[in-house]
Amino acid sequence: MTGLDVPNHPLIELVGVTKTYSSGTLEVAALREISLAIHAGELTAIIGPSGSGKSTLMHILGCLDVPTAGAFRLAGHDVQDFDEAMLARVRNIFIGFVFQQFNLLAYLTAWRNVELPLVYRGVDPDERRERARDALERVGLADRMEHRPGELSGGQQQRVAIARALVTEPTMLLADEPTGNLDSSSTHDVLGLLADLHAEGNTIILITHEADIAARARRVIELRDGEVARDTANPGPATTRADEAVPA
Amino acid sequence: MTWRDVLHTAADAVRSHRLRSALTMLGILIGITAVVLTVGIGQGARAQVQDDIDALGTNLLVISPGSTTSTAGVRGGFGSASTLTEQDAEALASSTAAPDIEAVAPVSTTSASLVNGSDNWTTTLTGTTSTWAEVRSRRAASGRLLNQRDAADAAAVVVLGSDTASELFSGRDPVGETVSYNGTTLEVVGVLEPLSSSEETTSNDVALVPLSTYQQRLVGGTNRESVSSIYVKAASSSSLSGAYQEADAILLNNHGITNSSDADFSIATAEAALSTAGSVDDTLTVMLGGIAIIALLVGGIGVMNIMLVSVAERIREIGLRKAVGARPALIRRQFVVEAGLLGLAGGVLGVAFGVLGAFVIPTFTNLRIELSLPAAAVAIVVAMGIGMIFGVYPASRAARLAPIDALRSE
Repeated sequence: MTGLDVPNHPLIELVGVTKTYSSGTLEVAALREISLAIHAGELTAIIGPSGSGKSTLMHILGCLDVPTAGAFRLAGHDVQDFDEAMLARVRNIFIGFVFQQFNLLAYLTAWRNVELPLVYRGVDPDERRERARDALERVGLADRMEHRPGELSGGQQQRVAIARALVTEPTMLLADEPTGNLDSSSTHDVLGLLADLHAEGNTIILITHEADIAARARRVIELRDGEVARDTANPGPATTRADEAVPA
Repeated sequence: MTWRDVLHTAADAVRSHRLRSALTMLGILIGITAVVLTVGIGQGARAQVQDDIDALGTNLLVISPGSTTSTAGVRGGFGSASTLTEQDAEALASSTAAPDIEAVAPVSTTSASLVNGSDNWTTTLTGTTSTWAEVRSRRAASGRLLNQRDAADAAAVVVLGSDTASELFSGRDPVGETVSYNGTTLEVVGVLEPLSSSEETTSNDVALVPLSTYQQRLVGGTNRESVSSIYVKAASSSSLSGAYQEADAILLNNHGITNSSDADFSIATAEAALSTAGSVDDTLTVMLGGIAIIALLVGGIGVMNIMLVSVAERIREIGLRKAVGARPALIRRQFVVEAGLLGLAGGVLGVAFGVLGAFVIPTFTNLRIELSLPAAAVAIVVAMGIGMIFGVYPASRAARLAPIDALRSE
């Protein structure tokens, strides 16, 4: 997981990335010439008001979309040239997604949801079940294997989603407003879990519009109007459990 | 992702949307039921015809009076003339002119009411010769059949069919008793052995009298020499076409007709009857088959419709599957397999309903339905194929969805 970040080659490297959407004759630039690098093992928060382009940036970082112009290198691969099938492969191998809406399949049990990325990777069924159980154990839900999402609380559902993101041992976790649909105690849980995962060496990118959540990250990238408005290193927190290091 | 995983995923999706799956299957189910019953009815009709032909005998020719052409050029309809005569029958019986013909029986028929005391019964009074029994392969159950002496004497004797005998004599042996027709008393000399074919009613309800008696004493008419039809038995089924040609030539010659297209008679073979019946049932099969195909098409469109709804409804699921690494091809495969599964299930249920129908329908109609195992197997495969074919378009739409659009949708 670490070690991919060889010197001079950050895990993620954006060079002059621009993304424009056109609806009819109107062209809207969601991202304008963004250049940044993120290294393996970092816990980075991307913040900004709605419309600042952070969702678009997240889609590009997650290989769900490709830039209109500029280069995006992920672990040394020039992703902007990849086709749909290759992007699917890159997502499967490098990225674990955590969404605001959880996006669990209601008709599958917790472990069947968690094993999903492994199904597309071609892992055999016995190993899938084992790895799904391990991932659920890591998020503290080993006893909820056979529960369907409808039978779990919001916080538990998000933890199942995190287990699904972890099960492939991805190079980075991409969390898009992971606490946006959770109450405060579940938020606390989920952020704690992400901090633990970071402490274990995982690269995590957290997209949020809440400053106090971003404050737990070591590095905060603030977007405004499709450009990087500020890129600050946060010296204090997040090497240990996030909840012990909440600034006043 | 292995095929097992694809199947498993599709089966989960089918199971988890029960009502929608059931509705999708319904269209296919109706179509397949229609197909199974159509094929069953077609095969039933064919089997029925085959049975009838077997009862008739495969080396039999039936010559009927045909259309006539008057001097004014007006053609009478089929069977409207009484162009066949006893002399024609005698000529056909000649073993030198017609070596392939084994036996000939001229027949004149009319509907007649026979009376025995207070009982009366309407049957087919048939005037024929002693050769009739040989030609039609019939035997006497009691008493005797007509002989040449009866013909020579124009004797007032009658041989009854088994049903006729039991209607007039209610179970008693009628041999030696008498029946009367139009004031003429006829002595019952024999009763035919019943035929157990499906044509029972017409084969076993008959009253045979010598042709001479029929013409001179019972029916008469304007042309006493004419007969209703002539039965010809070929020496064997392989000499049937020889017998056909000989009969045709002799009759044309007898009637002084040079152009065979002007023939005033027609010769029917059992094969001709079979092919006529066959063409009737082909028409039926084409018609019912058309209905079945339309039903299947509608079923297929139903599958497409519901799969499109399913894709729209599961747009987030598709987005998520793509986000975690499903290639477009795998998404397409999943939905095609899902549609195929729905088709397969509809097909299996359709065959089940078809089989049920095949048992239930004949109990309140006279339709004969013969189930065919290969047809059922083909129907199931076709149902699955239809599901998959009509699933391709919705599946391709699913595969083309951009993952972000799919995830973003509420």
